[in-house]
Amino acid sequence: MTDTNGSTAAQSAVKDAAPGPDKPVVELRGAGKSYGNIRALHGVNLTVHPSRVTCVLGDNGAGKSTLIKIISGLHQHTEGEFLVDGEAVRFTTPREALDAGIATVYQDLATVPLMPVWRNFFLGSEMTKGPWPVRRLDIEKMKKTADEELRNMGIVLDDLDQPIGTLSGGQRQCVAIARAVYFGARVLILDEPTAALGVKQSGVVLKYIAAARDRGLGVIFITHNPHHAYMVGDHFSVLRLGTMELSAARDQVSLEELTNHMAGGTELAALKHELAQVRGVDVEELPEEEDLTAPVATPKDGAA
Amino acid sequence: MTQATAPAASSSPPAPPATQKDGRTAQRSLGRRLLARPEVGALIAAIGVYVFFFAAAPSFREAGSLATVLYQASVMGIMALPVALLMIGGEFDLSAGVAVTTSALTAAILSFQLTMNVWTGVFVALVVSLAVGAFNGWLLIKTGLPSFLVTLGSFLILQGSNLAVTKIFTGNVASDSIADMDGFDQAKSVFASEVSIGGVDFKVTIFYWLVFAGIATWLLLRTKFGNWIFAVGGNKDSARAVGVPVNLTKIALFMGVGAGAWFVGMHLLFSFNTVQSNEGVGNEFLYIIAAVIGGCLLTGGYGSAIGPVIGAFIFGMVNQGIVYANWNPDWFKAFLGVMLLLAALVNLWVRQQATRR
Repeated sequence: MTDTNGSTAAQSAVKDAAPGPDKPVVELRGAGKSYGNIRALHGVNLTVHPSRVTCVLGDNGAGKSTLIKIISGLHQHTEGEFLVDGEAVRFTTPREALDAGIATVYQDLATVPLMPVWRNFFLGSEMTKGPWPVRRLDIEKMKKTADEELRNMGIVLDDLDQPIGTLSGGQRQCVAIARAVYFGARVLILDEPTAALGVKQSGVVLKYIAAARDRGLGVIFITHNPHHAYMVGDHFSVLRLGTMELSAARDQVSLEELTNHMAGGTELAALKHELAQVRGVDVEELPEEEDLTAPVATPKDGAA
Repeated sequence: MTQATAPAASSSPPAPPATQKDGRTAQRSLGRRLLARPEVGALIAAIGVYVFFFAAAPSFREAGSLATVLYQASVMGIMALPVALLMIGGEFDLSAGVAVTTSALTAAILSFQLTMNVWTGVFVALVVSLAVGAFNGWLLIKTGLPSFLVTLGSFLILQGSNLAVTKIFTGNVASDSIADMDGFDQAKSVFASEVSIGGVDFKVTIFYWLVFAGIATWLLLRTKFGNWIFAVGGNKDSARAVGVPVNLTKIALFMGVGAGAWFVGMHLLFSFNTVQSNEGVGNEFLYIIAAVIGGCLLTGGYGSAIGPVIGAFIFGMVNQGIVYANWNPDWFKAFLGVMLLLAALVNLWVRQQATRR
């Protein structure tokens, strides 16, 4: 594969006009990652289109984190291809991914708790004014912009000077999403945004995912909750033990099937026959193998 | 960490539906918001200590005594500033105390041995000090070891080298006097002169100290770099993920400590013409104490540049106040320990009051 210098490819990509709705912004072709002799991810195909929500589901250890770390520039892939706007890239720092318009909202490390909301909002991309020796933060403009942007996303905060650590988990996620949207992200990666949240707060976050999608962003929604995924998703990919188990559009898969795939899919069906031998286990609710009609992804070069 | 001034915070947001409010967060009272500032605990303590010695030691009240107290405070305070910034950035530098001596020795020995203008030595000392800082930062980032260990190592290296190298060149533990060398008087006027105000001589370091404190405050609260300092100390991984150059920030902070060590080293050299190579050991803790008394959080991400100024002022008052009160100066360290514990407790209490919802 060709390794284009990440940053130059990224910068030219940003300057290009927005791609057509059918052209993927981010595409993974048979991508994988090995840590020494451990193959964490293998043969993953994923496309992200503008104004579409791509859900990546998987249980713990399925390779979700590795996948987003590759796309967000924290790690590099060791096999396959990673394309942004059709060009192969390899990001070495999160900064390069950001410059390419790929913003990541992490579940736990999205913000610096002791810093005020507005400083968090602009962290790493601060607005400044004045010539170099006295170049300083444009605090008034930053506060005003942060307030406007948050209100546009429907988040109303009284005091942007309060430490972001005093906000609730859902509010913090929303601030991080609003920040990504404001900084011209074309692709938004959300790492289990609803994992630590209550029912109502999860709903709020899902609302902002939809809002980001309506603004034309491609969203990668990482979760292990198929119910949340099905509420906003356009395309579903299920990861299992580092490989793609399922890749299906919304009309090809039902929530029930998605849940079954999450729970182990074909393995669960096999387990049903074994459980049927044991008295007292109700297997009526478990799916048969032939019930799983959604197309099961088959990696090109045969997964391990 | 409400760095913004009160007026900016209280002005209503000009966004479209400005009247819409969340409603759950009541505006905290002015007193609460003042208490939330990191240096308030130290300020209260400083006033307490001042009143105490003002009452206990009659000679403490004279203007000349104030000049001495401020001088004591400034020599330590100049170093406490970069140490505090480093601490806000989440790291320690245990080599800061002996780095001062290293810098002074470099300038003294180099100038004397090569019989050059002292400014050459001053310049080379700056380069060496910055290099020591950069080395500390680089090693920290490359190894991922805690800064406590890395700088403990460089502390021992510098302490040993100070003694050994000085003995190689001079045969004893002090550097040779550079008082009769070219450029000495000029350098002395820059680093170690006195300014007379109303008949009282104030050392020039007092003014440098206050100017540096102003610059540090501006840097911390009004620049990009200041934002990064809080971020790398508060949550390094988050900072990196949003594109803050974490490694660069940390190395720059260590180099800042190097620059401070250079300045204080030059002051000591041009005040006394010679340097004792075993000096400076233990001072690193005084810098850290000044920063902690000034409200900087030991774990990083919180603090101010004004805090360590007040912390150093308390240090100067206690140091001199004991002498003026005619007590045994041996009590100084004990007193300082009590101050540190009290300051830590006051800071804890203040922060709990301020962040209580």
